This record gives sequence, structure tokens and C-alpha cells, in this order.
Amino acid sequence: MTPRLEVLERALIPRILEEAFGLLDEPGVRVQAPRAVELLTANGATARGEVVRIPEPLVRQALATAPREFHLHARDGRPTVRYGGDTVQFDPGSSGVQIFDAERGEHRPSCAADLVRLVQVAEMLPVYAAQSTAVVCCDVPQEIGDLYRLFLVLWHSDKPIVTGAFTASGTRLMIDLLAADSGGRDALVARPRAVFDVCPSPPLHWSEFAAENLMDLARAGVPAEIVSVPMAGATAPVTLAGAVVQHAAECLSGITIHQLAGPGAPVVWGGAPAIFDMRTGTTAMGAIETALLGAACAQVGKSLELPTHGYLCGSDAKCIDAQAGMEAGMAALVGALSGINMISGAGMLDFLASQSAEKLVVDAEAIGAALRLRRGVTASTDSLAAAMFAQTGLNGEFLKLRETRQLFRTEQHLPSSVIDRSTLRAWQEQGGRDTAARAGARVAQLLASYERPALGTGREAALLQVIEPEARRSGLDRLPGL
Amino acid sequence: MHEELFAAMRQSVIDGDTDRVRQLAQQSLDLGVDPLDAINLGFVRGVNYVGEQFGLGEMFLPDLVMGGEAMKAAVAVLEPEMTRRGSRRASLGTVVLGTVKGDIHEIGKTLVQTMLTATGFLVHDLGVDVPAETFVARAREVDADIVGLSALLTTTMPAQRLVVQALEREGLRPRVRVMVGGAPVTREWAVEIGADGYGEDAMAAVTLARTLMVGKGAAP
Repeated sequence: MTPRLEVLERALIPRILEEAFGLLDEPGVRVQAPRAVELLTANGATARGEVVRIPEPLVRQALATAPREFHLHARDGRPTVRYGGDTVQFDPGSSGVQIFDAERGEHRPSCAADLVRLVQVAEMLPVYAAQSTAVVCCDVPQEIGDLYRLFLVLWHSDKPIVTGAFTASGTRLMIDLLAADSGGRDALVARPRAVFDVCPSPPLHWSEFAAENLMDLARAGVPAEIVSVPMAGATAPVTLAGAVVQHAAECLSGITIHQLAGPGAPVVWGGAPAIFDMRTGTTAMGAIETALLGAACAQVGKSLELPTHGYLCGSDAKCIDAQAGMEAGMAALVGALSGINMISGAGMLDFLASQSAEKLVVDAEAIGAALRLRRGVTASTDSLAAAMFAQTGLNGEFLKLRETRQLFRTEQHLPSSVIDRSTLRAWQEQGGRDTAARAGARVAQLLASYERPALGTGREAALLQVIEPEARRSGLDRLPGL
Repeated sequence: MHEELFAAMRQSVIDGDTDRVRQLAQQSLDLGVDPLDAINLGFVRGVNYVGEQFGLGEMFLPDLVMGGEAMKAAVAVLEPEMTRRGSRRASLGTVVLGTVKGDIHEIGKTLVQTMLTATGFLVHDLGVDVPAETFVARAREVDADIVGLSALLTTTMPAQRLVVQALEREGLRPRVRVMVGGAPVTREWAVEIGADGYGEDAMAAVTLARTLMVGKGAAP
């Protein structure tokens, strides 16, 4: 059996949806994109200025056309990420504007070289099913920041990618870039490599860019992931159930805009709901209530049979310390047991502001453990114990058994050198290093063994053909991070 | 005189009970109490207490925000009488505050507004998504001592620089100090764009505002 976590009583889900549908009527949703308002009103919604009332049947119609499942594909075309059902996958958090420099113990603005390093580390860790455009590059002009991040990830990785655009022109160029990577628009739609995060502004507000972005992605047939970010107690009701209602209403309105623009286009019920810390006024990404919100929102999405996403595994700690490990580890467990399809956030410190390669390798251990827990305890041999006792009797020499050698790798999650299970003496002899120091060594080891995937000269040229004119136009005279 | 009334006023702000605040403010007017006394000896003491307790970690943001709202309700009731008497609340300084253009994040800015008001600054809150020209126009209109600029996004931070430049262009910079804040904002950024200071949070913003006023020649 797969252990599962459900944090909402089943009877509560219809109530949550009923109130969410109610919110879409009163107070309605603020939609700042005139074209999205037109699309909604042409299909039965009513609008007064920017405020649109979306009737339930229209939303139900959108839910009926939204696909139940879709895949993201690795460079070689294999569908390695599945959005749908109870598949659980993780990717690094992607909202970073800073990098935590573990050697100096300081946070500084992230640049292209930092993103490349993060991509290389994540590429080497199988628990990350997807890459993300993990940080903003401060050495790249802002107007091509979104495009360039994606370019660097495509250049250095074979994995599927969770990304997002900053502007409407960014969306268009990023789709061009992905098409160049996939070998054309048709190939991209048939085997999408990336999903785009699109964020409504809480409460119940679609900015012009976000709404346009949803419509552009739907029309292009490129997967969109709605990342609704209610902050319970500040930009959303303080009660977790109330915030879940708001999250549902934001996702439902987004899916309606998206499916009206492109019926059947892949879309994800996602988010980064969190509680607001009442002492400091910060968004507590590592709080257990934030994990509860992630689990609850996913449970609502699953009840609608939609692919799900959540933002867990980030930490509010500022360095690789016990708090960072505890918060990320507990949230990884909650996310994995909740069956969330894509869980973003690994590597993040300082809420979601700072990425860290060292934390990525520590989190990989927590994720590996969480995925192991998810596999539960199963009967993997015909006789559970008797056959093994028949061989070794009361001698207790199980280490000598063929079964032991055959099965220990699946029975046990094998941690990396980040996790210390040595004897005290061995630990002392190896320098008595703590988690942060072991993580640093592991990062160095992964970077040393990383090899850049072969893109093929045709693909490289195709990517450069998109990026070079944009880089020149924005005043970039060389391409950092290559 | 009226010690019991003043104590009740203090408590009503601590409780964040705006109905009670309005009722007590009205009662003080009926009794002929000087509205300035009602504020300074009654309601402000409540705000100060909430601020202190917040600093100690004993009270929380909802207490602070409700205290601020209660204070506003008190002033709203007392203001007509203050105007009639020609009396004005002594102010530590005049602040024009807002979230810069393109940014609709309100919480941080509103907390700063609450804390500055509670401390005794006269705050003109321009809201969110405020263009540079609006900051300049209001700063000139109210003869602001300080302009406070909030930005929560890395993409909207550059708008803070635009306001600094606009204030310079309009010749206001010699008498107007600029303070900046928001999650991605740093001390280095404040220096880079030519602002006078950066506050990490609402408490720091108050300390900074006081310091900036000292810089302008006010008593600390």
C-alpha cells in the first residue's frame, strides 16, 4: 500500500468548491486584461469594468475540457514527468533572486554562473524529475531575463523544466526557444519539454500579464501551471479552510480563462499558498500550516481529477542549519504523502528568496526518504520471513543470504554522503563535519562528475539563433553561463 | 481629571475595539475634554503600549493593525472639534508614503503607515501602484519631510529610482528625504539609487524616519 495523507475531511471538499464557485459570482474576479474579459463575457460571464462574475456552468465547462493528465518530455523525447493521478515528483524552487554562498556564508544576487551550477547539481540528482529556471540572473538584462534563464537550462540539461515568463514578449520568445529545442512547434506541442508557471495576484485578481499569459500558453498548446499564492491572514482569510477556498476560486477562474482560449490545452491546479507570520510579517514557507495548505489545495484539485502542483521544501532559515533541514524534510513528507504531482521549492532558503546548491543536495536526501516512505512496507517475497529463517536458522547470519544482497537496494533508501551514519570515531577521523560541510563536499563531487549533455550541433545552432539577436538587442555583448 | 476616561481610551485601542473607541471619543467631546488631551493622554497611550508589546513579541501584527485602525477612528471623531479649536496635533514630521508604480503589494507599506502614524508622524498614504509624478505632486502639496517608497518585486524596484530622480528634477530633493523598503530592497540598493535610507521592516522604518528628521534639524 501507498501511505496517503488527506488533511481535508471528504465532506469538506464540496463545501470548499461551493464557496469557491460562490466567490466567482460575488465578489467576482478582477481581470485586468480586456481580451480576457471579452472572452469570458462572450461565453456567459458578466462584467462591470474589470470585475467579472463567472457563472458555475462556464467553469464546469472549462473543467470538462481540461486534460486529466499530460507528460513533460526529456530531451530524448521520453515522457519522464507525469502530471496526473498520484505521481509524485520534485523540482528545485524557482523564485530565487539571490544565491546562498555557503563558503562565505552570505546571500548575494544570483548570476548566470550560479544558475548553471544549480542546474548541474540538479541534473546529477535523480530525485529531481525536472529542472527549474531556479534563479534570476543579475548579469543578464531584465528584459530578456526570463528567456535567458530558460536558454541556460536547455543548454545544460536533458530534463523537463518548470519555468515562467516575466512579460508577454517573454512568453512568445520562450515558446520559440522551446520549439527550437524540440525541433519545431508541432514537436513541442506533441512532446512538451516545459511547463509555465502563471500567478494570479491574491485575492482573486488576474493582472493583465498573467491573464494574457494564460491565453497565449493555451493557444500555443504549451502547458500552464496556475500558481495561486494566497497568504492566509494577510491577502487571504486567516483560516486555512478559507485560504483553500480562495486558492480554489483563483485556480478555477484561471482554468476558465485558459480553457476558453484553448480547450484541451494542458493546465495544472497549482500554487504556493502560505501562512503569514504574525510576528514578522513574512511569508512562512517552512511553516507546517503552509504544508497543510499545500496538501489541502492539492486534495481539492484531485477531487476535480486535475494534475496538481505545490510549493513545499523551501525554508525560512538563512543557512544550511537544523531549521532548514527540518522544515524542508517535513514538507517533503507532507507533499509526497499527499500525492502532489510536482512539488517545487527544494534548495530554497530565506522564504523563497535565495537558492542554494548545498540545500539542494540536503533536500535530495529528504525527498529520497519521503519517496521511500511513500512506497510503504510491502510483501516483496513469497514467504515474508520463514524462507530466510529456513536458510540461516538461529545463527542470525542474514547478511550472507542471497535475498539480502538482492533486495536491500529496494528495501532501503540509500543515502548519499550528506547523511552521516558512520561511527563516532570514523566521523571524528573524517574531520567531524556537520551537514553543511558534507553538503558542500557533495556539491563539489557532483559538479566534478557532471558532463554537459550532447545537444547535437543542429539544436545548439537553433537555440543560439533565437537567443543571440535578443541578447544583442538588450545590450549583452557575450552570452554568460555558456 | 478624566483619568478613568483616558484609561478606558487606552484600553479600547489595546483591544482594537473601534466601536468603543468612537463611543469614548464622543463621550470626551460631550464632556468638553480637549481633543488633543483625549488623543495624547488617552488613545496614543494605547497605541504606544501595543507598539511596545509588539516589539517584545507579546502582541502580533493583527493587534498592531487593529490598534492603528482604532486610532484612526478616534481621530476621525475628534478632528472636527480640533479644527474648530484651531489646534493641531504636534507631528514628528510629514511623510508621503506609497507602493511604487507597477506594484500592488500593500501590506508592508500599510504596516509602515500604521507604525509611523502611531509614533506621531503625519502620514499621507498614496496607496499602491503610485506613479512618480504623484509622489512628487503630493510631496510638494503637503511640504513633505520624507517620501517613503515600497516595492516588493525585483521588477518594480527600479521604479524607486525613478521617484528619486523625479524629486531631484523637480528641485525637491534638498528638503525631502527618501526612504525605501520592501522584501528585495537592500541598503546597497538604497545607496545606489541615491535614497537616504532603507528600513528592513516597519519598526526599522520608524527608527529611520526619526533619524532622518534629526538629519533635517529636528530634535531627536
